[in-house]
Parts: sequence; C-alpha cells; structure tokens
Amino acid sequence: MNARATMALAMRALLRNRSRSLLTMLGVIIGVAAVIVTVAIGAGARASVQQRIASLGSNLLIVQPGSVTAGGARSGAGGASTLTAQDGMAVAALPGVAAVTPTVTVRAQAVAGNQNWQTLVNGVAPTYTFVRSWPLASGRFISQDDVARAAKVAVLGQTVVQNLFPNGASPLGQNILISGVPFTVVGTLTPMGQSGPGQDQDDTILVPYTSAMERLTGQTTVSALDVSATNSTQVTAVQTEITTLLEQRHRIVAPQPDDFQVRNLQSVAAAASSTGAVMEFLLAGVAAVSLIVGGIGIMNIMLVSVTERTREIGLRMALGARAKTILRQFLTEAVMLSTAGGAIGICVGIAGTVLVSLLAKWATVIPLSGILASVAFSALVGIFFGYYPARKASLLSPIDALRFE
Amino acid sequence: MQPVVEVRALEKIYALDGQSILALAGIDVEIVPGEFVAVIGPSASGKSTFMHIVGMLDVPTTGRYLLEGRDVSELDGDARADIRNRRFGFVFQSYNLLPRTSALENVELPMVYAGVPEARRRSIALEKMEMVGIAQLRDHYPNQMSGGQQQRVAIARALVNDPGLILADEPTGALDSKSADEVMRLFADLNEKNGITIMLVTHEPDVAAFAKRLVTFRDGRVVSDAQQTRTAA
Repeated sequence: MNARATMALAMRALLRNRSRSLLTMLGVIIGVAAVIVTVAIGAGARASVQQRIASLGSNLLIVQPGSVTAGGARSGAGGASTLTAQDGMAVAALPGVAAVTPTVTVRAQAVAGNQNWQTLVNGVAPTYTFVRSWPLASGRFISQDDVARAAKVAVLGQTVVQNLFPNGASPLGQNILISGVPFTVVGTLTPMGQSGPGQDQDDTILVPYTSAMERLTGQTTVSALDVSATNSTQVTAVQTEITTLLEQRHRIVAPQPDDFQVRNLQSVAAAASSTGAVMEFLLAGVAAVSLIVGGIGIMNIMLVSVTERTREIGLRMALGARAKTILRQFLTEAVMLSTAGGAIGICVGIAGTVLVSLLAKWATVIPLSGILASVAFSALVGIFFGYYPARKASLLSPIDALRFE
Repeated sequence: MQPVVEVRALEKIYALDGQSILALAGIDVEIVPGEFVAVIGPSASGKSTFMHIVGMLDVPTTGRYLLEGRDVSELDGDARADIRNRRFGFVFQSYNLLPRTSALENVELPMVYAGVPEARRRSIALEKMEMVGIAQLRDHYPNQMSGGQQQRVAIARALVNDPGLILADEPTGALDSKSADEVMRLFADLNEKNGITIMLVTHEPDVAAFAKRLVTFRDGRVVSDAQQTRTAA
C-alpha cells in the first residue's frame, strides 16, 4: 500500500474521532506555541539589549590618563595630564584601529540670547560621530578644517538645544557663548538617551578639540582618547597594542606604573548578552518540557486507541493488512496528530507573539530556526511516542484481535 | 477438478493455563470450487478453529494445507496477509464493519490493501453491492442500518477481491430469523447463480440446511461428511 493510501486511511481514522483528535493535539499546540512565544520574547529581549550596548559602542576603547601623586595624595583616574593629541594620532595608525578621537572635557556655562545652561563641553575630532556611532540630526559636523583652524563652531546635544532654544527655533547659524567665548552652532546631534550609569548623554556641546584646548582649557593635553576597533573581536588585541605603544611613547619601563589606562565596554556587553542567552535557554527549556508532556498525551491516547480498536485491527488484518501496514497506519496517525498540532501551534505562537509585542510593547523576534525546530520536534514527538502503540497494534495476532472483547 | 482447499492430517494444539488442549485431532477435508459447505458441530468441537486455519488467520500445529494446489503451511505473516486479501472473503457473526464509515467505503476496504486504484475500487464495490441488493445504502453508516443490511455490506466486502472461497463464521448468529433467512438465501443464490464457493460455520441445523454439503465436527474430528439436497426453500 502506498503512502497516499496510508495517509488517507489515517486521516479517516482521525476524522472519525474528531473531538478526541483535537484534544490530543491540544497538548502539542500549547507546547509549540509556548516554545515560539518564549523564544521570540527571549530573542527580542536579547536583540534590544545588544542594540543598546552597540549604541554605547561595543568596539569602543577609552584611554584615560592615570592618576598622579601629589604630596602623598593620589588623584583619581584622569588626574594626570599626560595624554596628547599626538598620542591619539599614533594610536590611530595602529592596525585594528578604525578611528580615534581625542576628547577634551570641560564643564562650562553656555549662553544663547537670554537663556543659559551649564553643560559638559567636549572638544572632539571629526571622527567622533563614527567612534560613538552618533549621527547628526541637522547641520554639519566639525570638519578637519575646523580642527586645523581651532574654529569657534559647536554641535549641540538635544538637551542643550531644548534648554538654550526652548521656543523651538532652529539653533543652526546662531551664536552662543561658551565660558564667554562666542561659538557658531553648525549642527545638532540626534537624541542618544541615557548612558549605562544614568548620565544624560544628550547634555553636551561638541567643539573642535583644538578650540577646546586653546580657548577653554588652556592646556595642551586631552582628557581621553576614544578609540574604535575595526570589529569587536579585535578589542582585546587593540587594547594590548595601545598599552605597548603608549608605554613606549611615555618612556615607561617595567616597574613603573603606567600613566594611563585603557578600558573597554566589551565585558559589559558580554555579560548582558550571556544573561540574555541564559534566559532564552531557560524559557525554551520550560516550553520544551510542555511539548514533551504533549507527546506523552499523544502516546496515551494512541495506546487507548489501540486497545479500543483491537477488533478493528483484527478485521483489517483479516482483510489483508500486513503487520507493517498496521504499524504504518498507527504511526501515521500519531505523526499527523503531532504535526497538525505543530502547525496550529505555530500559528497560535505567532499570533501570541504579535499580541504580546502589541500589548506589552515588548520587542520580539520570531526566529525561523525556532519555527523549524518546533516543527521537527513535534514530528519527532509523534514518531517517538507513536511508535510503541503502533508496534503493539502490529504485533497482535489477527485471530486474537478479532476475538477481543 | 483441483480443490480450493485440501487439508491432510491437520492438528491444532493449544496451550491453555499450562495444559495442552487438542482442538483439531487430524482433519482431512477437501473443498472443490462451486461447493457450499456447512461445518456444523457443538461448541468446542473445533469447527471455528478449523475455519480460522483454513482462512489463514491461524496456523496449524502439524499437517499439510494446500490452497489451490499450493502448500501454504510454512508462509510468513506478510504472505499470509496477502493470501487472506486476495483469496478469501470473510463474513463474521458481528459483521465487523468500521464504525462511522460509509457502507461503500467499508466494501472498498480489502481493495485498499490490494492497492486497487480509487476509481476502479468504487466501481467494483458498487457492482458487488448491487449484486447483494444494497446499492441504495452506499452512503449509510453502519449505525443507520439493520443487522441484515450490515451483514449484506459485509458479504459485498467479502466478494470484492473475487475470492476463491467465502468463509462465513456464524453469519446469522446476531440476526432475527427473518433477516437470517434472507442472508442465507443470499448465500445460496451467490453459490447457485454465481458459482461462488462458500464454507460456513454454524451450530444451527436450520442454517446448515441451506448448504449442499454437511461436515460435522465433534471433539476435533470430522464425524460425518455428506452431500445433501438443499432442504431449505
């Protein structure tokens, strides 16, 4: 007997017991739907965490000056004035480094018309937008020419825009005073939100680092170097290279402590990402257990069905069904139940996922691999839990089966 | 003429609760095409066991069984299933129709296992249903039919693969006397007009009276085997 006829027979047997077939499938439907919804939520959560970490810059390394000891008291990190823009250029030439921007940070009072606002002024290079993955909202960014001329141009973060230009007028082309020095606004940044520790990253004004040094700090050193590695796998290697290079440039020999430190955000990113993965795995595990319970439900019903249909099996054998044909029929019934349950479960799961992201406003990602895995798993459930009852049916002797009361 | 069934020194021993029971103690029977044989005897006389062995639902302990000239004593399960499918038609006391399945589909069932294409299955099934007078019941379910009608469906089902022998096990046991009479007339007609070979097992003399040959079993042996003129009308 061919596969089509076997499937037709199995289908007819299932349709004869519609409500029982449906209830049997319910276990698999719930199992598969649960797998899909939980995996989608888990994957969505992980993706959004990763996205936020990427916005901080997972390729980012920050070089800060070390501490200084003055009269026995050590200043904190960044206390020393040892890093220069030339250090930055040397670092930029290292392999594995995509871009470098020096930053010169100073707290200053900014004034525009009758509004004023104290904010963090950062002197940066044109590479800053790339290093920080921070696009412009309007206007232009600081150019190489601005840096060369120490031009008095500024790019404003959104918080500063709101506080200096509260009536919604475009700040482009306006003059503002930073610590009494006039600067022309040439661009604004897109909103970035809070940084990890809760600092408002949008509360900033960017100016050329040369302008910051000459006109605001009066120093020749920079506060930090922001370094972007070409990709996140290179971060550790780049960190070592920078350390070696700066030790050479600053003439630091072994027992002496470094007068700088290199930090990266990768450990934070890795921790967050692995937490997400563990959560996702845990959720999928719980859902998989429910799928197995669904499979046991199928086995249970199939065993009852074999017992209940013993006479039918005897009749089919008397009419010429081979043992293998009986085995195949019952196995096909079990697999049909589980895959139909799986298919319905996928629909329910996708609908549930959409509902969850609409109602709870959670980010969700429906993974194709999750769908394929649950289809495969539900078919396996059918074969695994269907085989024993099917084999039991096929081993019946026709005469015993026919006589069964 | 070559016999349809030829058994020689057939024995069947059951093990029941550690005791061996001799169900058949050396049977020699031949059935030739066109016969209508009634196997009669009290319960536990071995007549049912004999029918199950002839129908290849059960295997003998010793003895030879030639089906249409071929020794079938040593065949495996698949080969036996195929022979049941192609060479026998079974009619049971309790009809044994598939529930919630139309009469037509019930009749088609043996052809499904024989691998007959669907369109041909349908036309053969309808032809046999016509032959036993139930063509109008094609879409009825078993629970919508009387006992006599259900047994006719079962007879049509037994005919579809053009078997060499119809085996009927107490076919009237569950029927009232009027339906029983009609079913037996149908068997007699099929034998008379269509030349179909029939072996039926019964313990009722009234039913056996429709047959042309009477084989009487007692304690696992054949005690008489004689041709008879059909006494029933």
